[in-house]
Amino acid sequence: MHDKTVTQLAAALKSGELSSRELTSHFLQRIEKADGSLNSFITVTAEQAMSQAAAADKARADGKAGKLTGIPLALKDIFCTQDVKTSCGSKMLDNFIAPYNATVVEKLRAAGTISLGKTNMDEFAMGSSNENSHYGAVKNPWDLSAVPGGSSGGSAAAVAAGFVPAAMGTDTGGSIRQPAAFCGITGLKPTYGRVSRYGIIAYASSLDQAGPMARTAEDCALLLNVIAGHDVRDSTSVARGVPDYTETLNAPLSGLKIGLPKEYFGDGLDPEVEKAVREAVKVYESLGATVREVSLPHTHYAIPAYYVIAPAEASSNLSRYDGVRFGHRCDSPLDLQDLYTRSRAEGFGEEVKRRILIGTHTLSEGFFDAYYTKAQKVRRLIRQDFLDAFEDVDVLMGPASPTPAFDLGAKKDPVSMYLQDIYTIAVNLAGIPGISVPAGFAGGRPVGLQILGTHFAEAQLLNVAHQFQQATDWHTQLPAFAEENA
Amino acid sequence: MALEESHVRRAAHLARLAVSDDQASGFVDDLSRILDMVDQLQSLDTDGVAPLAHPLDATQRLRADEVTETNQRDAFQRCAPAVENGLYLVPRVVE
Repeated sequence: MHDKTVTQLAAALKSGELSSRELTSHFLQRIEKADGSLNSFITVTAEQAMSQAAAADKARADGKAGKLTGIPLALKDIFCTQDVKTSCGSKMLDNFIAPYNATVVEKLRAAGTISLGKTNMDEFAMGSSNENSHYGAVKNPWDLSAVPGGSSGGSAAAVAAGFVPAAMGTDTGGSIRQPAAFCGITGLKPTYGRVSRYGIIAYASSLDQAGPMARTAEDCALLLNVIAGHDVRDSTSVARGVPDYTETLNAPLSGLKIGLPKEYFGDGLDPEVEKAVREAVKVYESLGATVREVSLPHTHYAIPAYYVIAPAEASSNLSRYDGVRFGHRCDSPLDLQDLYTRSRAEGFGEEVKRRILIGTHTLSEGFFDAYYTKAQKVRRLIRQDFLDAFEDVDVLMGPASPTPAFDLGAKKDPVSMYLQDIYTIAVNLAGIPGISVPAGFAGGRPVGLQILGTHFAEAQLLNVAHQFQQATDWHTQLPAFAEENA
Repeated sequence: MALEESHVRRAAHLARLAVSDDQASGFVDDLSRILDMVDQLQSLDTDGVAPLAHPLDATQRLRADEVTETNQRDAFQRCAPAVENGLYLVPRVVE
């Protein structure tokens, strides 16, 4: 069962071949047996999951089942989940039991899915390797000496290991697409505003977006159908109809115009990753697509702009952790200032502190224009690069990451870690959607092909990704870890 | 733009983050490397470019000024470190 897609499991539930209780207990047993080696979950909610599964089976018996009723999933520990610990990977929130559900959680529940628990992540979603978690690093199921990517590393590792058929992640600078690439699964970052951010613990509010991580584009389409849409509780969610993303999956690709940004094939790109990506592009040519080179001239300014804008927004968002209303509080504070400064110093990890300090500094008097205003101007130029490219081509393709998964502990210097996100980060600044699909291996570790579309082109991205998965079998390959732990 | 320890101290104060002397010098090193990378922005001519705060150029939607939230004080205070009689407890501020 662990190698099946959501689509296949939903069919088995519908035909009565399987019950949700059988399915849920199967996956819970796998997690219990093998997650000690991966550390992909922070919290497993076995009891709640089994009672939700029983309710799903009853709903089915009563003729009230929907497409996804009874499907087990996992949630990145950034989604507030009522009465369940929601830590965001931080000591600051180690004692935080969320008093309400995120809209994404509410919608997934309403669709009848079962949450098996909360997955590990870089603290406050700040990281590209999942090594910044208060709960310890996550290992990559393809190679236990490698990172799973980040920040949604637990979600990606859990899907790759066959602990769940799908999981929810969030992506602020690549945090769905890069771990999906590193773990050999499919991950979609929707257009900014497509999915409500209500109840998702905020990192950088003008960049954060939630999306599905699963084995296939088809499964991502099913899940996006559930989570997308306007929400009055998130004023940045977009009031625009949600199509049925599964309806267009089989549209033919003949005449599709693909652009290859030349900046995405330059220095620093691992030759084996490049080879896998170019092979993937050839598959598209055989499906009738045409390919041309394009330019995104401001690509190399994306990481510098991001490391002003994201920390600035983070420093503001994280000011809420004051040791008063929720979260960590230091022992025996001398006075109110001591309560604030010590609670925050004890509750936040190193990378979070760095970003709070950078953000506070760049927003402070004397530096604001040189850093923050400048970065926002560059952000407009970066978005314009994409809008110009989409005048000429339908989608852009390139690697999701310049290298396959790197070794645990390999990147000690924060800046060298930041530079890993060169191909994903501009997408968040522009607000456009992107998907990473498995496209081969480099040094035995998975390679992700990243496909980008213009604002609200999710249906097209899912169609383009699905057609690739009809023509290739990279997405069906599982790590030995998943088989050994069957 | 070179970063001094005084900048780190000021940011730590503004961010209400306790930073020891040892930590401060470590942050000066780390933050300097990050800002060196960020300084690439200064080489780009952005005259006449309007800042972009939001990827979709959205404007804030308005709604009627009506009470929609219910009182959930008990639920919200369950995750607070210290409360009494429905109030959050902090160290004495006024003597």
